[in-house]
Amino acid sequence: MTATDFTNTDPFSGSDDTTAGTVYNLGGSDWDSIMGAPEGENGRIVVNMGPQHPSTHGVLRLILELEGETVTQARCGIGYLHTGIEKNMEFRTWVQGVTYVTRMDYLAPMFNEAAYCLSVERLLGIEDQIPERANVIRVMMMELNRVSSHLVALASGGMELGALTAMIFGFREREIVLDIFEMVSGLRMNSAYIRPGGVAQDLPNGAEDEIREAIVLLRKRLKDTSDLLVGNTIWMARTVGVGYLDLTGCTALGMTGPILRSTGLPHDLRKSAPYCGYENYEFNVPTQTTSDAYGRFLIRIAEIHESLNIVDQCLDRLVPGPVMVADKKIAWPSQLSIGGDGQGNSPEYIQKIMSESMEALIHHFKLVTEGFSVPAGQAYVPIESPRGELGAHVVSTGGTRPYRVHFRDPSFNNLQGVAAMSEGSMIADVIAAVASIDPVMGGVDR
Amino acid sequence: MSDLPVVPHGIAELDLVGVRKGAYGVSGSGDTSGFGGLVAPIVMPGASTPPFGGWFDEIAEELALSLLDAGVSGAVEKIVIDRGEMTFYVKPEHLISFMTECRDETALRFEMCTSVSGVHFPEDKDRELHIVYSLLSITHNRRIRIEVSIPDTDRHVPSVVALYPSADWHERETWDFFGIIFDGHPALTRIEMPDDWVGHPQRKDYPLGGIPIEYKGASIPPPDQRRSYN
Repeated sequence: MTATDFTNTDPFSGSDDTTAGTVYNLGGSDWDSIMGAPEGENGRIVVNMGPQHPSTHGVLRLILELEGETVTQARCGIGYLHTGIEKNMEFRTWVQGVTYVTRMDYLAPMFNEAAYCLSVERLLGIEDQIPERANVIRVMMMELNRVSSHLVALASGGMELGALTAMIFGFREREIVLDIFEMVSGLRMNSAYIRPGGVAQDLPNGAEDEIREAIVLLRKRLKDTSDLLVGNTIWMARTVGVGYLDLTGCTALGMTGPILRSTGLPHDLRKSAPYCGYENYEFNVPTQTTSDAYGRFLIRIAEIHESLNIVDQCLDRLVPGPVMVADKKIAWPSQLSIGGDGQGNSPEYIQKIMSESMEALIHHFKLVTEGFSVPAGQAYVPIESPRGELGAHVVSTGGTRPYRVHFRDPSFNNLQGVAAMSEGSMIADVIAAVASIDPVMGGVDR
Repeated sequence: MSDLPVVPHGIAELDLVGVRKGAYGVSGSGDTSGFGGLVAPIVMPGASTPPFGGWFDEIAEELALSLLDAGVSGAVEKIVIDRGEMTFYVKPEHLISFMTECRDETALRFEMCTSVSGVHFPEDKDRELHIVYSLLSITHNRRIRIEVSIPDTDRHVPSVVALYPSADWHERETWDFFGIIFDGHPALTRIEMPDDWVGHPQRKDYPLGGIPIEYKGASIPPPDQRRSYN
């Protein structure tokens, strides 16, 4: 065996002969090495882009057939972030499921939790028993999450098209929302805050004032972002007319969310099938008629403002009350508090179960280790996530663990539109089209 | 079976999908409580009888009429109205004509197939694999579920991609996870698992996997082998 001199040759470049033809592997500065290579059969060049590529919006792999710089065929390869969340949930209790689903679409954790919890609550038959305060907090957290998710869509989409200031602005503003999440749930992401029956715990003292202040700041800063991009010549040159998909295409491909609304159809599940009390809030459903990436961008900007208006209304509607169903067989027994060594069960509660009430201890033990049983049946409660229709098809056979949970994730479905949106366009427009779909691979692959 | 639970209101018959044994989902352990001997049927909500109430009747009648016009009979096994959701149990051989009516009939107009997924009931004899479709009508703001059951020994069901292109990836995922073959799908390949993967992970006979965790000399088995409640 001879030692290869890796100082002068790149072990990851060179060419391989495969059944599909010669495959050239390029590492970056070795473009010259294939310049003299003969063109493939019929001059076909298939370029693999991703899954590790800074502008494919996560671990998305795009397989593009090129003719010059024009894309003649585009296909997606997914599955690089598949972690078997749905399978894992079948081996955990119903409440533990929340901590799994929150990790799916990691930019919209509150929506995953809400979709799952609403389905579980429908199976339990406790939809009408969710306390008003819990519903208001859910709506508030979801709308704040919509703001943070859309901000990342603008930020990473901007970065992929070279608008780095938009990225800095977007992620900076998102921090404001994540700080609220941390204050309310203890965690910036993956909070497992919305639970079957309500929310994990009530808002901390002073939270309402802090959220009000944050909204003022967000509104002020959002103006910067929109001033930067709306009407910007370069931004429009990259996005207007790019990633076109009309209403017929959207319907056939099952597109929902901003992509569907960019065709002029004001379909929003918060209006058409309200959940968590959305029928009590006043908000508009922004639409555009351009069916392109720029239209989707404008919709996201407008939706952020609508969401902030809803959060305002939530703060006005908040009245003291319980945040978990009254049914002690479902409600999580303990409340969290912050002690000297971090977050944990509150000392009063520990005092109660450990030295005052044996029955409370038994109840706690049963509910926490065994969990509650959910009557047999199936439910699907779709909600409007930042990316479109998100729903959990939850099947129970009457046990303490989900029998099957399937997430209908909008990113998964919407990625099917990449081919229709980008075939025939320039390779650079593929980036803009994918960015306008705003897929989150954690949700796609689950 | 005489020890079946009380039939819920408005439901004509019960759908038995399995049997639950014991109280804790484990066998072979030193059970002294007696609960290990429990045997209980697993019963899904059974067929409903008309009138269903609300727009459910309208849909059911329209579908029956348009299927009659199309010359299809016996397509629907049963209709289940449960928790405000409507499910049609359709025979696999009539799935395409059923879906065609759902999509094209003006009074139904289910423009979108939002989701396809599977459920595996190993004890539901000759109906082990269930395929669940979710249809949405934006025009009428309605949503129905279509469920098809097939035997594990013959895992074929017609593909609806020609009707609803959005079902493409969803059907690939269902093939990937359950091994259900969608006849007529343009490219039925794995989508989430690697191309050379063996097995279909969401099936109940596919283990979760995992390794025991050792802590201070004690060993805790992986989640699917742990003593657990069912």
